[in-house]
Amino acid sequence: MTSPQVGIVFWIIAFVMLISAFMVVSLKNIFHSALFLILCLFSVAGIYVLLQAEFLAAAQVLIYVGAVAVLMLFAIMLTNNLASKKIRQANRNVLVGFFVSVIFCFITLVLLVKTYVSVWGKLKPQAVLPAQNVLVFGKYLMTKFMLPFEVVSVLLLAALIGAIVLARKERS
Amino acid sequence: MNVTPFVLLELQPVFIWLYQLLEKIGLSGSWLTVASYTGLSLFLFGLLSVVALFLVWWERKISGHIQQRYGPMRNGWHGWYQTIMDGMKLLLKEDIKVVTRDKPVFFWAPIIAFVAAFVAYVVIPFGKGLIVADLNIGILYILAVTTFTVISLFMAGWGSHNKYALLGGMRSAAQVVSYEVPMVVSILTVIVFTGSLSMVDIVNSQSGIFFNWFIFRLPFGPIAFLTYITAATAEANRTPFDIPEAEQELVAGYNVEYSGMKFAMFFLAEFINMFTVAAIATTLFLGGWHGAILPSWLWFLIKTLSIVLLLMLFRWTYPRLRVDQLMEFAWKFLVPLTFANLILASWMKYARWYW
Repeated sequence: MTSPQVGIVFWIIAFVMLISAFMVVSLKNIFHSALFLILCLFSVAGIYVLLQAEFLAAAQVLIYVGAVAVLMLFAIMLTNNLASKKIRQANRNVLVGFFVSVIFCFITLVLLVKTYVSVWGKLKPQAVLPAQNVLVFGKYLMTKFMLPFEVVSVLLLAALIGAIVLARKERS
Repeated sequence: MNVTPFVLLELQPVFIWLYQLLEKIGLSGSWLTVASYTGLSLFLFGLLSVVALFLVWWERKISGHIQQRYGPMRNGWHGWYQTIMDGMKLLLKEDIKVVTRDKPVFFWAPIIAFVAAFVAYVVIPFGKGLIVADLNIGILYILAVTTFTVISLFMAGWGSHNKYALLGGMRSAAQVVSYEVPMVVSILTVIVFTGSLSMVDIVNSQSGIFFNWFIFRLPFGPIAFLTYITAATAEANRTPFDIPEAEQELVAGYNVEYSGMKFAMFFLAEFINMFTVAAIATTLFLGGWHGAILPSWLWFLIKTLSIVLLLMLFRWTYPRLRVDQLMEFAWKFLVPLTFANLILASWMKYARWYW
């Protein structure tokens, strides 16, 4: 798994991901931002593939690229005001936002390093064959993680019904 | 396995021999992997280009004969190399660009469409042992990568800076998002029965006599097949669901501003998408490459081309649906039907009421 080729691929993907994520929040054309968001989400799927989580990668592309991003593009095209205008993405809180994100990044980094040091040499990869991880995943969803799975389903259903209620015109 | 005179025509030994040849000339480790996958990609690229050229010619012949004319007749026997000539013409034509286009988007749209059309073939089993990579997520991988087709249509519609192109792109998005749901659910019906997402496992679960094909699993097999074909026709943007490029309303839809090579890329991608849809239908419902006497890859081709023929007949005999009819058909008819079918299939699988 930790061969030099995988390392090179990881750095390429990480580079593309960071650049595109930066583009999402800095470009003036909102359609281009949405396209870079797609590239960013796709790179995340690439990282999942490197971690041998193919199911997660496919779900990532299917849900985020195939549904969420497509709906975003659709909404951008329908809203005529946004389509051809150049917009500013930052407001006057940009400096404060920068400091907050730097602090957040620092905290995350500290936590990551601490975790990495404390489990150094103690963790071993779970012995799930890549060829079976979909099967194992499905079994866990239906047994151990049944409740969270159902709760998420109910939440999504509630969101769906809420959207319909909001979009529906009141009959006078 | 029965020994038949055609068993020598299987293609798997050829590929194994080629692989061993690569090993013999001194390649090893990752270089061997890179070389073999590059070779396979080039082979698939060539094969699918030829298939797309053939399908274009076929479509024109079929449309011609349905409309009581001959179609292309000049170049070769019944115009068999007409598409090649057309392709050369498109290559030599000027690449006209609209001044007000969105430059990067306009440039990348045909490339993404072209690539998205090809990548699905990684997991399609063309014959016995003929699969590039047997991913354990198989069919899910295809569903994931084909979403990039929609994005390319979007980009083409947006980048062209043309109201017809924009309308075409928007229509295609609305259509694909709606029809993805019944398509995925009818595929799920198959997966419930095979218990695996891998394309090889799906094909193997339909081995034996042809009553083991999923389409003959009464009563939900035929329903799932019909809903899949309907939704897949919409996904491939073909009549009666071709509102993204409805010629009479939108000139040509999303690709109206493209010319020359870029148009050719869109056009080829469209026909390859149609072949992909048919290949998935073959693999999931018609037993893949299983069949008697003839070699497996030939069976795969026969079945896939039959589905393609069906899609072509749809195109030239049915009128186009209106946008609101299209949405109503997807959400009020196909989605409930496929879900009911899925529940029925799961119940029958659980109760073991099948053979």
